[in-house]
Amino acid sequence: MTITTTKSAYLKGIADGAPFILVIIPFAALFGLLATEAGLSVIEALSFSVVVIAGAAQFTALQLMQEQAPTVIVLCSALAVNLRMAMYSASLTPWIGGAPLWQRALAAYLTVDQSYVIAMAQYEKAPKMTIPQRMGYFFGAVTPIVPLWYFFTFIGAYLGAQVPDGLALDFAIPITFLAMIAPMFRTVAHVVAAFVAVVVSLFATGIPYSLGVIVAGMIGMMAGAEVERRMKRRAGGPT
Amino acid sequence: MIDKTTLWIVIIGLGLGSFFLRFVFTGLVGNRAMPEWLLRHLRYTAVAVLPALVAPQVVWPNATGCEFDPARLAAATVTLAVGVLTKNVIGAILSGAATLYGLLYLLG
Repeated sequence: MTITTTKSAYLKGIADGAPFILVIIPFAALFGLLATEAGLSVIEALSFSVVVIAGAAQFTALQLMQEQAPTVIVLCSALAVNLRMAMYSASLTPWIGGAPLWQRALAAYLTVDQSYVIAMAQYEKAPKMTIPQRMGYFFGAVTPIVPLWYFFTFIGAYLGAQVPDGLALDFAIPITFLAMIAPMFRTVAHVVAAFVAVVVSLFATGIPYSLGVIVAGMIGMMAGAEVERRMKRRAGGPT
Repeated sequence: MIDKTTLWIVIIGLGLGSFFLRFVFTGLVGNRAMPEWLLRHLRYTAVAVLPALVAPQVVWPNATGCEFDPARLAAATVTLAVGVLTKNVIGAILSGAATLYGLLYLLG
């Protein structure tokens, strides 16, 4: 499907976001279930998902509150888990920074790992898209994802819906992210960035508050940027 | 039992804080030009951060008590390989899932 209008961009976004439905449903239901087990009402669990929409940070906050950690610690730890969102925001800026403020604010609220990776893959693949098309695509990508995050938090909290253990659903997130990332390896620099980030992340698992992923990501980005700079210099271009 | 005041402080604080993190660049920088060295680094954000996010779960999955699991490693490898070769996201997801369930079944 080629994108010629804002509407076709929106529709393509929906199509590309659809595979993530399978990931969102079990995790939203699990959050709802754990939240009610921790003593939250259905409304409180749902509010949590609507206000925050960030899987890993919500699980972290819930866990720490159950352990009666000080409120400041709960907030700082959960925000540290979400710190990569600032990196996503920076990397989206060259693509959507020219959109109207209200659209950027709405997109910011809707920035999650899934919408970010879907959007970046498309923006890099089709760099000629206009800004309205890029925004349409972004909002399309979240259309099948975010409402289900709300709805299945509610279902999990209300019905106490259990996700069966045997399904190995813990692995739905790695598989969907890897599948999204794979087509983005367009140059040696991309491969080096990913490889370095993976190696560092494995050594950095001891760093608390999920900050290892930030350290690994930054070192991977530096590696990719450096390879790009050297390749350009070798090709005789400006450095 | 979680104190209700604490809970709402956390929900609202985490909501505002997360929004700030998500909005800090798209909102405050907007369409102002960013330096070339920064743009060069940002081109690698997705391919660095997301693999770093999932790598520990691939090698030491929480679900297996952080024990190395050949089925999960094979599934991740197949997903990535199919994705790189075919550039087909759905094909890569299905191949990875088939590998995971196939090996979990065979290895019992």
